[in-house]
Amino acid sequence: MDVKTGFFYLFSVVLLFAAFRVITARNPVHAVLYLMLAFSQASAVWLLLKAEFLAITLVLVYLGAVMVLFLFVVMMLDINVDSMRKGFWKHFPLAGGLGALVALEMAAVLLTGFDQARIPTVVNLSPAGVPMGNSKALGVLLYTEYLYPVQIAASILLVAMIAAIALTLRSRKDSKAIDPGIQVRTRASDRLEMVKVPATVAAPKTESKE
Amino acid sequence: MTLTLGHFLTLGAILFALAVIGIFLNRKNLIVLLMAIELMLLAVNMNFVAFSHYLGDMHGQVFVFFILTVAAAESAIGLAILVLLFRNKSSINVDELNTLKG
Repeated sequence: MDVKTGFFYLFSVVLLFAAFRVITARNPVHAVLYLMLAFSQASAVWLLLKAEFLAITLVLVYLGAVMVLFLFVVMMLDINVDSMRKGFWKHFPLAGGLGALVALEMAAVLLTGFDQARIPTVVNLSPAGVPMGNSKALGVLLYTEYLYPVQIAASILLVAMIAAIALTLRSRKDSKAIDPGIQVRTRASDRLEMVKVPATVAAPKTESKE
Repeated sequence: MTLTLGHFLTLGAILFALAVIGIFLNRKNLIVLLMAIELMLLAVNMNFVAFSHYLGDMHGQVFVFFILTVAAAESAIGLAILVLLFRNKSSINVDELNTLKG
């Protein structure tokens, strides 16, 4: 068992433990924090698979942005945890059985079906046959062959951003904002009134007491 | 004992199974449901990266890149809907979301 295998088992155990705690944690904030741990371990596993760019992207995009978004939302909402937990373990036998079935079936197929002898071991991760780093190879592919999908992905992100803002935007009730249309349609006579004021005013009579 | 493709695929399978169990257990809590979906996507991405490495094909990693993009958009819109839901109903309990029921 070499060092790489040892690291794989270490990361896998922490990853699976974190995933288990995500689905069983009582406090949603703890669940989000365990989810962050799970994603960081997954990025470590991807580093073992020599997918450096995606591992860093996972840390930056997921831990840095999406999970912080989750954390903000969880902390903003005042969730009644106890009513959520009612009947939590009621479906555990069914869920555990199904989950174990899925995991065992897939492990049985995958561990025996994908032995090293039968998969083609052409490790040619650079497109043009020139040895280059993972990030560069990914970038060459993204900006040549996958140029239009990249544009579509960019527009998906734009639409998602606009949708998220439009969904959560609301005008405050005590806002003193003015409608420009009404403001433009006003006339001078509505606003300004000329009043004739005499230049000299007779002094009011003061009642003198003596 | 060296690492084979089966190891990584099994890890992805167990992760996916855990996420399925999580969806069963947290049927009421919408936010944990979203987190379980994120875990499922992570399991799928794990399989993609493992195949990409062992088959020597870079296209799998490009696909993971796009999955990450779509997942980020999905979670952003999902959380926006969640906030809107909580603002209107003061609860994110899935059982109470039956106003569309005929």
